[in-house]
Amino acid sequence: MDLAAITDNIPLYFKGLWVTIQLLVLALACGLVLAVPIAMWATSRNPLIASWPKAFIYFFTGTPLLVQMFILYYGMAQFEAIRESFLWPVFKEAYWCALIAFSLNTAGYTAEILRGAMKQTDFGELDAARSCGMSKGLIYRRIILPSAFRRALPAYGNEVIFMLHGTALAGIITIVDLFGAARIVNSRYFVPFESFVTAAFFYLCLTFLIVWGFKLWEKRWHAHLHPRDA
Amino acid sequence: MFDLHGYGPSILEGSWLTVQLALASLAIAIVLGMVAALAKLSKSPIGRGIAGGYTTVVRGIPELVLMLLLFFGGQLVINYLAAEVIGYEEYIDIDPFTAGVATIGFIYGAYMAETFRGAILAVHSGQLEAGAAYGMNKWQVFHRILLPQMIRFALPGFGNNWLVLLKATALVSIIGLDDVLRKAALAAGATRLPFTFYLTVGVVYLVLTTVSIILLQWADRHYSAGVRRA
Repeated sequence: MDLAAITDNIPLYFKGLWVTIQLLVLALACGLVLAVPIAMWATSRNPLIASWPKAFIYFFTGTPLLVQMFILYYGMAQFEAIRESFLWPVFKEAYWCALIAFSLNTAGYTAEILRGAMKQTDFGELDAARSCGMSKGLIYRRIILPSAFRRALPAYGNEVIFMLHGTALAGIITIVDLFGAARIVNSRYFVPFESFVTAAFFYLCLTFLIVWGFKLWEKRWHAHLHPRDA
Repeated sequence: MFDLHGYGPSILEGSWLTVQLALASLAIAIVLGMVAALAKLSKSPIGRGIAGGYTTVVRGIPELVLMLLLFFGGQLVINYLAAEVIGYEEYIDIDPFTAGVATIGFIYGAYMAETFRGAILAVHSGQLEAGAAYGMNKWQVFHRILLPQMIRFALPGFGNNWLVLLKATALVSIIGLDDVLRKAALAAGATRLPFTFYLTVGVVYLVLTTVSIILLQWADRHYSAGVRRA
């Protein structure tokens, strides 16, 4: 065991931890913002309209995140139009490519979760809302979305953990996140066991923190489902 | 756009390796998952502790980190044990395919264990007791009563795990296995057409997931025969 290599590089790991958290929070935020309209669009009764968001979901949930990231990071350089456009500074940077890939990927999975939750809305609630004279937008805002978010919460918690694990892929395209930090330490000192175990420990702590956070959140949002204290 | 410049056969070869890798990993994951699920439900506190630790830790760490940890670290540990314990002096080199199958199988065994545990609990315990009352031994109760019924409950979770496992095989390109992604990366480097080749990989995975979904739907119908549905 070569623990000195780890203790000397703890600041590097913490820097990586910060990058991992940044990537995770930004990707989840962008993904959620994209997922809500995509899910609403995908529940449309018109199959021609619903096919577009469904194709988006199909592609992003049917292919590996790593491949999506490579298409953005390496693939975009193939087109001269992109290399000469204002977009090139974005696609040139590994960080932005990773962030865009993560956001689109989590948007796909989240949209699928939300679509399922929205479809389970009780007919009676919709009938009641319509007979109260609510407009379509108001029905979404007051009836469909709030209850769909509640039903989607447990599945979304799993998706957040999958996304945390997905952010490790950023380390492959030169970003120094937690995994990237472990790779640097490994290549400098050749301590594969120690370097990756340290990263794994950080990831494990983050996972436990997320699981715990979602438990609290569920307790709050599902309070109406808990049996009453006698 | 989809002119593969003669790299088509190479990509196909890589796809075949991906399929082999995924199926071999799945076999290991099923065995490990079943053992861990039975251990989790057993009366032995040691068995429960080990299985509980396995499923919690493995599901809390990114696949990529675990893969490198087991691939590089595992190699060191095996060589260390071989040298210290048995006195075997030659360097043991684990080939990437075996290492890839072992790591992916080990990781998804933990996910399978959770699915199987839920499925076992869903089978009515009175049925198992009835089997025991007829004088069947444990193995007979397992393969005559528990297994045929738990498959139905396990199938949805099993299908999800399989789809995630399939996509995780893309990570083995990192440890130098000639899977479809690595073949595509080589072709992309030689032809300077990264977008074309990475998109091809995406299409290969979409085909694999689509075929999987069709087979899973068929299996679901088959194992739900005789079940009343609302």
